[in-house]
Amino acid sequence: MKIGPALLTVHLWLVLVFLYVPILVMAVLGFNASPLYALPFQFDLVWYKALAGNAKLIDAGINSIGIAIVNTAIATALGTMAALAFARYKFRGQTILQLLLFPPVAIPWLVIGTSMLVFFFWIDIKRGLFAILLGHVALSLPYVIVVVGARLATFPRAVEEAAATLGATPWQTFRRVTAPLLAPGVIGGALFAFAVSFDQFVISYFLAPPGITTLPVEIYGAIRKGFTPEINAISTIIIVVSMGALLLTARFYRFGGER
Amino acid sequence: MSTVAVTDAVKKYGAVAALDGVTMTFREGEFFGLLGPSGSGKTTLLRAIAGFVSLDRGQVLIDGKDVSGVPVHARDIGMMFQNYALFPHMSVAENVAFGLEVRGRPREEVADRVKAALAMVRLGGLEQRRPKQLSGGQQQRVALARALVTRPKVLLLDEPLGALDKHLRQEMQVELRRIQRQVGITTIFVTHDQEEALTLSDRIAIFDSGRIIQEGAPMAVYERPVTKFAAGFLGEANFLQGSVAAREPNGLARIALQIGGDASCRLSDGQVGQTVLLALRPEKITLGEGGHAGVNALRGKVLDVVFSGNSTTYRISVGDQVMILFRQNLAQGTVAPGSDVLVSWSPEHLVQVTP
Repeated sequence: MKIGPALLTVHLWLVLVFLYVPILVMAVLGFNASPLYALPFQFDLVWYKALAGNAKLIDAGINSIGIAIVNTAIATALGTMAALAFARYKFRGQTILQLLLFPPVAIPWLVIGTSMLVFFFWIDIKRGLFAILLGHVALSLPYVIVVVGARLATFPRAVEEAAATLGATPWQTFRRVTAPLLAPGVIGGALFAFAVSFDQFVISYFLAPPGITTLPVEIYGAIRKGFTPEINAISTIIIVVSMGALLLTARFYRFGGER
Repeated sequence: MSTVAVTDAVKKYGAVAALDGVTMTFREGEFFGLLGPSGSGKTTLLRAIAGFVSLDRGQVLIDGKDVSGVPVHARDIGMMFQNYALFPHMSVAENVAFGLEVRGRPREEVADRVKAALAMVRLGGLEQRRPKQLSGGQQQRVALARALVTRPKVLLLDEPLGALDKHLRQEMQVELRRIQRQVGITTIFVTHDQEEALTLSDRIAIFDSGRIIQEGAPMAVYERPVTKFAAGFLGEANFLQGSVAAREPNGLARIALQIGGDASCRLSDGQVGQTVLLALRPEKITLGEGGHAGVNALRGKVLDVVFSGNSTTYRISVGDQVMILFRQNLAQGTVAPGSDVLVSWSPEHLVQVTP
């Protein structure tokens, strides 16, 4: 074996090991009976049972999923419309608006979270689920616009013109030609919006009033108090669900390129 | 079948006029070629007829009715795009059915007409394929079937064969013409390929800078170009400058050429002493090795020789000018570079053009 390819192979394995071994270890220990992560491994579902009885964690999970779903719907709809406007129309301030999309992706969430807390306090929006939702939408919108915009950049405009010459009204053209061709981009954007919201810790933490939490906030709290493999169990569930959703969408849509 | 007319069409993009007062009529059932360099306005005119471009001034009339306020989807046109613009997420049959479905035609009728349209372009059996799984020529046929299945009033073709290789292109030209005759639809097509325009069209118009330079039957425009641009754009031409020396009683004029020697031909316009510009097609010139210079016969020297199978192209220096000459390879062998030769032509092949 030549030295170049050998190095590349080593590189690949290092990436895989450091990315997936911790996840694997975490998942396995969630099925271990010992609360102190003691070995030898002894298979038990005790932590999953405990999880089922942990009302706080379940409430936080319901909050997180609820916020993520509503956020995804709003951010995807608004973001797709914005991306269409950027791609299809020339208007004053377009370049500046487009540039303004990127700072939220680059600015540390800590800074954004603090600013939102101050701003919401100032305009009298109380801390709570609504405030968290607002924060999440603002944060995930740029991701949707960028992902849908990437799809639009390679969108064959002539097919819309072709549809018009064939007698399709603008609405028929959108429904039967534009929307289906844009769908992979929109679904990609929606996945991002969901992930940004579901993962979001800092902003949720800042905007959550006492008594209301989301899953990441609750997990953080639990870890600080000293934790049990229950955390492994909930993390494993999150991973299985999100990986499943991702693989399902990837099966139906090839992202980036043409279908 | 329908007529299409454009009256005094003007379209400006900033200071540049894409259309600068174009008036023309497309007759019922004719195949009309719009020809010109890129940016000459031909595509803008086609898109104005389709409804994608709104004119600053002037009208588009379909069957005598002004369609300026009618949106694209209500104009009842068929259009073929440069890269076909097939719907990538639909099968061949769905692509063709689209125009009928958006019109709300009953399912059985749609199925029948799609089948008939695909049979017409000889694509039966490929109904379930996706556009990606088809060759360029097949995609082209799907696009044609899709454009014609709704029985539009007019068919617009935007460089329809531009993306095909030479052989396929010639095959599709024949096919396109066959189908167009069969359907009898008024067809307007844009091309920058002059040969294609000559082959396909009943009539052509040559565009330059947003204006029509000349329109007419392909042969008439080719044989009797009116401007230097038209002569040079449609095929190749030698240009000879001279001044009118005398008008002869037989209707011809004697012209003293700038490169030396005399020519004689019929002039549309020119008094004695006036400067005139004459166009001469390379294939109309006879090449001889002996003989003396005289009227419509000049001596020159062969600069180079390009053999291309059925014909040979000679570049010959005559006076201080280089003339191009095509000769069919009827006999074997070519005249060697450096040879002294006599180039001659008959008077009817000299065409007066405006500079």
